[in-house]
Amino acid sequence: MTATQPTTGPGTEATEQPGVTGAPSGSRKPGGDVRETLYFALRNPKVLVGGFVVLAFLLLGLIGPAFLRYAPMDYAGPPMAPPGGDFPLGTTTFGQDVFAQFVAGLRSTFLVGVLGGAVAAVIGMTIGFVAGYRGGLIDELLNMLTNVVLVIPGFVVLIIINAYLGVRSVPMQALYIGIFSWPWVARAVRSQTLSLRSRDFIDLARLSGVGVGTILRREVAPNMYSYLFMTFVLLFGGSILTAASLDFIGLGPTNAMSLGLMMNQAVQWSALHLGLWWWFVPPGLGITLIVGSLYIMNVGLDEVFNPKLRET
Amino acid sequence: MRGYLARKTLVYGLTFVVAVTLNWLIPRLMPGDPVQRMVARAAVQHPETIESMTVYYERMFGLDLPIWQQYLNYWGSLFRGDLGTSVWLFPTPVSQVVLDAVPYTLGIMIPAIVLSFVIGNTVGAMAARSRWLDNVALPVGYLITAMPYMWLAILLAWGLGVALGWFPVAGGYDFGLVPQWSWSFAADLLHHWVLPFLSLFLVSLGGWAIGMRNLIIYELESDYSNYLSALGAPRRLVRRYAFRNAMLPQITGLALQLGTVLGGALVTEIVFAYPGLGKLVLSAIQNQDFFLLQGTLLFVVIGVLVANFVIDIVYVLVDPRTRTGLTGATA
Amino acid sequence: MALSVTDLRVYYRTLKGDVKALDGVTFDVADGEIMGIAGESGCGKTTLGKALIRLDNRMRHAGGTVALDGEKLPIADDAAMRRHRYREVSLIPQYAMSAMNPTRKIGKMIRDLLAAHGVRYAEVLPELERRLALVGLDAEVLKRYPIELSGGMKQRVVLVLSTLLNPSLLIGDEVTSALDVSSQKAVARALVEFRDHGFVRSMVVITHDISVLFQVADTILVMYAGHLAEKAPARTIIDEPLHPYTKMLIGALPQVGDRYDEQQLSGIEGRPPSLLNPPTGCRFRDRCPLAHDRCAEAPPFREVAEGHQVACWAVS
Repeated sequence: MTATQPTTGPGTEATEQPGVTGAPSGSRKPGGDVRETLYFALRNPKVLVGGFVVLAFLLLGLIGPAFLRYAPMDYAGPPMAPPGGDFPLGTTTFGQDVFAQFVAGLRSTFLVGVLGGAVAAVIGMTIGFVAGYRGGLIDELLNMLTNVVLVIPGFVVLIIINAYLGVRSVPMQALYIGIFSWPWVARAVRSQTLSLRSRDFIDLARLSGVGVGTILRREVAPNMYSYLFMTFVLLFGGSILTAASLDFIGLGPTNAMSLGLMMNQAVQWSALHLGLWWWFVPPGLGITLIVGSLYIMNVGLDEVFNPKLRET
Repeated sequence: MRGYLARKTLVYGLTFVVAVTLNWLIPRLMPGDPVQRMVARAAVQHPETIESMTVYYERMFGLDLPIWQQYLNYWGSLFRGDLGTSVWLFPTPVSQVVLDAVPYTLGIMIPAIVLSFVIGNTVGAMAARSRWLDNVALPVGYLITAMPYMWLAILLAWGLGVALGWFPVAGGYDFGLVPQWSWSFAADLLHHWVLPFLSLFLVSLGGWAIGMRNLIIYELESDYSNYLSALGAPRRLVRRYAFRNAMLPQITGLALQLGTVLGGALVTEIVFAYPGLGKLVLSAIQNQDFFLLQGTLLFVVIGVLVANFVIDIVYVLVDPRTRTGLTGATA
Repeated sequence: MALSVTDLRVYYRTLKGDVKALDGVTFDVADGEIMGIAGESGCGKTTLGKALIRLDNRMRHAGGTVALDGEKLPIADDAAMRRHRYREVSLIPQYAMSAMNPTRKIGKMIRDLLAAHGVRYAEVLPELERRLALVGLDAEVLKRYPIELSGGMKQRVVLVLSTLLNPSLLIGDEVTSALDVSSQKAVARALVEFRDHGFVRSMVVITHDISVLFQVADTILVMYAGHLAEKAPARTIIDEPLHPYTKMLIGALPQVGDRYDEQQLSGIEGRPPSLLNPPTGCRFRDRCPLAHDRCAEAPPFREVAEGHQVACWAVS
């Protein structure tokens, strides 16, 4: 095995051999069809519970605002009101509705997760595919680039970027986060591509005179879909955590409420000393549950895609 | 082995150049006249500060010079150790401000990293293939890993600090004390250290445990484990080998995690107003002290690169494959 | 009789049900005999090899017995089986290239393994060095890491290590598949030599490559879809095969000494039946040119000549 494993959240390992298993005496079909995958996915408790929690928060973020009476920043009620009555999660020191802020923050959280994850996934997969497939000098150069970005403490560079250039919107923040979180994806995809490249079907496609892009899309990518999907899930969670830290430092988007910003304001306005737990517990709990559910879902998906784990 | 380290050094050298270049480039991407904007944004009162700032900014940016010369000058002042003067703590040099803060950050980071690594890996190794531990440790581990660093810090500050009153929740030492070499001061320092350390330690713990568990399972299914078992080796021996080999990717992972843990340390310090680099970053942002911000970045980059190099040397010592010149995929 | 297998059944547990990979297998291996097992992939030969030493966690012992030197082996009980492994039954695995811990020096690994069996490394060392020399290796290899050795060298180290405690039975699973032709010959010769020196009493050599068996095996057992098809002395299997499947297997072989792989073997029309719900009767009948009504009933594996057994109705 290689000594390097793609790593995301501290030490969360995605082993480099997804789904490769010695079928007992060739009696099982290699690869799985979509229906079979879905069958196992819908029967895996980890996938179900994780998916349910994530979807529940997503729905709350999507349709929640329709039922709110106050805007997140409105001075809507009495200051420092505990949860109950008009304000299910209480109010801030200024009488802002914590629930309204929470719902609005969920939207930013999902947006930054999806966009940041997508940007990182696209960059990482492209670079990984191209490096692994083309090999030679291109591989050397891309590999070097990957290693450099991998070693740079991205969070600190993000601080500098945000401080100088300012980040006005959530998509902008997601873009910057994505730019610094792709390297391990590129590494993993590269090694996967290398191992797939040597297989017969790629040669066959090449002999039939199909272009590189088509080969990658038609032959290599389908063999890696499960792996790529799981990668995206991890990037999604990672982007959310990074964004929360930036927002907390006060370098988040200036035009949107976010869960990180809620924690920033709570700490800044002494919510800890005043005991306003309803102000700082929900945003962090929301992030923890969303990201944690994504991770647990990922373990479940691993079992679904990797029959060896499924049976034991 | 020499090839392995040479390659790594090349990567680190390149990374340093890229980081310095970014540090130089980003302010120049600011829309409008950066000098005017920054002086205006800084909103400082002292006339001499404003003047010094304007002069320094102009010298640093040297906007009338050709772009390549601006770039070379930047490197020149860097090698003289000149990171500028802090605006916030005028007229202390940035390097002095940063050096004063570094021990606090290292003081919580190093113990947190080392202890979480050791304990996390041990727990993970025990959890692998133990159904009961696995069912408890795994979900808990994932939830801890999913916690935003500052949230756990906030919870600890609120629970153990404000509510129970066991630990102070702000500062590196009591405001009434003057830093000195005495037992009472050391005790106070330690008292303030507990919560930031604990917070960082706990968030890192889950990831190592999960990583080790997954790696051990992977190793236990590997060919050498099967061969040993087929030759009647007891479980103990097979697991010992698996653990040893699973440590290798974990060590690589440690290097990759440094950036993340560092980010965690910064926000944790902010929650506890702990006088390390995180607090410095926050103050720099709030006071629009860009020299300080950039100086901190450079220090952090250098620190991460040095730590990476140390980890590489450790890796060479524990993985014979790098020594025999037959490097695996690590490079 | 060194090894005596009676009606052995081993199934794979899958979600869809049991895959009957080994479905009632009876045979003996005499003292000093090297028996080769041949067949397409999926015929149960690898399962048989594993059943004799260590079931993997998806395998289930569904019936039958294995006896070695008259003593019944507790093959379903992993812990009880441990006592028999290495000293009595040993293995050269399919994956010899990666069988040794990549981060331990070979000598250190052997020392650890011997210690676990209560044997002192220093006592065995002279014999170990002698045997390494026998397969053309310097004692120097003990101070090396596996990654520093070539494929052929690793294979030979594994051969020496696996037989170090003079087991009664050695199972060789695809011993030569991963090697080039010259290394193949060397390893094949070494196997025979080790038997001749008495390092190993008897051997079961599993391979999809019949040409290897011509070089090493005294007798050859042909398997098909979890059943035995034919067993006879190696010469007889080559010159006068009786079972239609054996004939096709030999016929599909381009020439002795060449290797064939599964693609070439598909020269035999059709595929083996699914072992999830195998058909009753002779399992080869769908592909058999001689099939007739009687084949709906499973043919017995009976002796047709001295040391020659066949399971086919067409053979009288």
